[in-house]
Amino acid sequence: MESVLKGRAHTFGDDINTDYIIAGKYTKTLDFAALAEHVFEDIAPGFAKKVLPGDIVAAGRNFGCGSSREQAPIAIKHAGIGAILAKSYARIFFRNAINQGIPAFLCDTGEIEEGDSLLVDLGKNVVELPDRGKIIPLTPLSPVMLDILREGGLVAYLKKNGTYLLSR
Amino acid sequence: MGKTAAEKIVSAHVHEEVKAGDFVIADVDLAMIHDTTGPIAIKAFEEYGRKRVWDPSKMVIVLDHATPSPNERISNLHALLRSFASSQGIPLFDAGEGVCHQLVVEQGLVAPGGLAVGADSHTCTYGALNVFAFGIGSTDMSGVMLTGKLWLRVPGTMKVEFRGAMPEGTCAKDLMLHLIGKIGSDGADYLALSLCGETVREMSLSERMTLSNMAIECGAKAGLMEADEKTFAHLKALGGPVPKPLWDDDDADFASQVAIDASAIPPQVSRPHSVDSVVPVTEVTGTEIHQAYIGTCTNGRLEDLRIAARVLAGRRISGNCRLLVCPPSRKVLTEALAEGIIAQLVEAGATLLPPGCGPCPGTHLGVPGDGERVISTANRNFKGRMGNNKAEIYLASPATCAASALEGKITDPRKYLRS
Ligand code: SF4
Repeated sequence: MESVLKGRAHTFGDDINTDYIIAGKYTKTLDFAALAEHVFEDIAPGFAKKVLPGDIVAAGRNFGCGSSREQAPIAIKHAGIGAILAKSYARIFFRNAINQGIPAFLCDTGEIEEGDSLLVDLGKNVVELPDRGKIIPLTPLSPVMLDILREGGLVAYLKKNGTYLLSR
Repeated sequence: MGKTAAEKIVSAHVHEEVKAGDFVIADVDLAMIHDTTGPIAIKAFEEYGRKRVWDPSKMVIVLDHATPSPNERISNLHALLRSFASSQGIPLFDAGEGVCHQLVVEQGLVAPGGLAVGADSHTCTYGALNVFAFGIGSTDMSGVMLTGKLWLRVPGTMKVEFRGAMPEGTCAKDLMLHLIGKIGSDGADYLALSLCGETVREMSLSERMTLSNMAIECGAKAGLMEADEKTFAHLKALGGPVPKPLWDDDDADFASQVAIDASAIPPQVSRPHSVDSVVPVTEVTGTEIHQAYIGTCTNGRLEDLRIAARVLAGRRISGNCRLLVCPPSRKVLTEALAEGIIAQLVEAGATLLPPGCGPCPGTHLGVPGDGERVISTANRNFKGRMGNNKAEIYLASPATCAASALEGKITDPRKYLRS
């Protein structure tokens, strides 16, 4: 994982559920590029076409609520999104995103606007909005999530460690 | 300070005393995957190398979300699941057997005091049997398949106490919709619910499952209930494992407490496109609907079909509305056939669907048209949920859905239940 992530913001409101991220009718596939074509289709038509690699999703509260479908973070990742910021996440989605190796962080996204350029600095644990001179602190991830993310996701983590390790 | 049921069950699976907020690695008693989430779990599992799953007898695979298969793409995913099950020795319920959560409970695959995970968010249904059960994603599941374990943060507990008797026409579904409307779709995020009180004690297992099933709709990790003689009778009939039920101590440290007077709750309806947009049925009566759906892991069981038949028997649904009925398992279907319920529903105009998820996840059957309104006994009404983002979904009890099918508009079921 890079220690500084840069991208343009795509903003979303509260309670964006997994059905909105990827509709159930598209989920029955192992072709992840095909999933990505339909990401956010029901609430932000055309989203998949306007995303540039490294762009950042900035959402409100309870992002990813609803289903356990991992197709949701997979679609986001394969669409090229480089990181997710949200005020809060639904529990299953949060784990799924980290397991997929997607940098997903908690912060107050209230001030972020559509199209803002963002700089997520993991060394300093902040999000910077250089154009507007704003700095937003990130809430630290739990150590186990950070370890999984550092390995690039759960599969790589378990391949390396063979099992879960908790530093207490 | 006492402990919550969630703390006790997780402690038993970590082999040391843990409390809310602790990060732990817990043993898993049962792991379930189905045809939407299973293929990705298997794909991830195969990346670990040619491995055996940790204990095939503690896993189950269910084909339910798109069954019978509507196209070759899904048929090939079903074939992948069948071949994984047979090569690993994992029990599999094939298309037509029913919905995963119904089967897990019906077949006695979980027991009180256990810890179960499923690659499906409504795995919390087993909380009705005092099982700490929750949904996880496919990659997390691949880790469980490899190690038999999962890391988790022990949740705090919101105690929800239902008091009083439900009035005539009010179902378990109405109580849960009311709770979700009251606390909101993230009202219990990262918490376990302890669903308790005299109303819950009076409920059948089937009604209790309806409550626990929807715990995730307010963000809860689990919807736990105390095991009692009804739970034990169910397990005894199946000859399942000896249960070790665990429950909240009176002096446990609850994160929050909610009390609900069940006797004051009329039938409820959740409006599109959010489960927590809940109003009494009287506020939306008369809203035209085009399709009613009775089924799913939430509300398709024998008692649900029975009350629907009570409303519909000897009557005929509106000519402007379709009624789809989907029993959640072969067992429910067989029992409903034997009781004559299926005949009553079909004679009233219902279309019978094969046991499974049916139209609930929007994968194939019963997709509504643009601008159409559906009233459903399911647990979710997100835009696009049933396969069309230009349709609207209302959620209600089986009684309300049946009454609404009769009139072709949202209808208070009480007028059809008065004998
Ligand atoms: S019936 Fe609906 S809610 Fe239940 S498991 Fe199937 S898709 Fe999910």
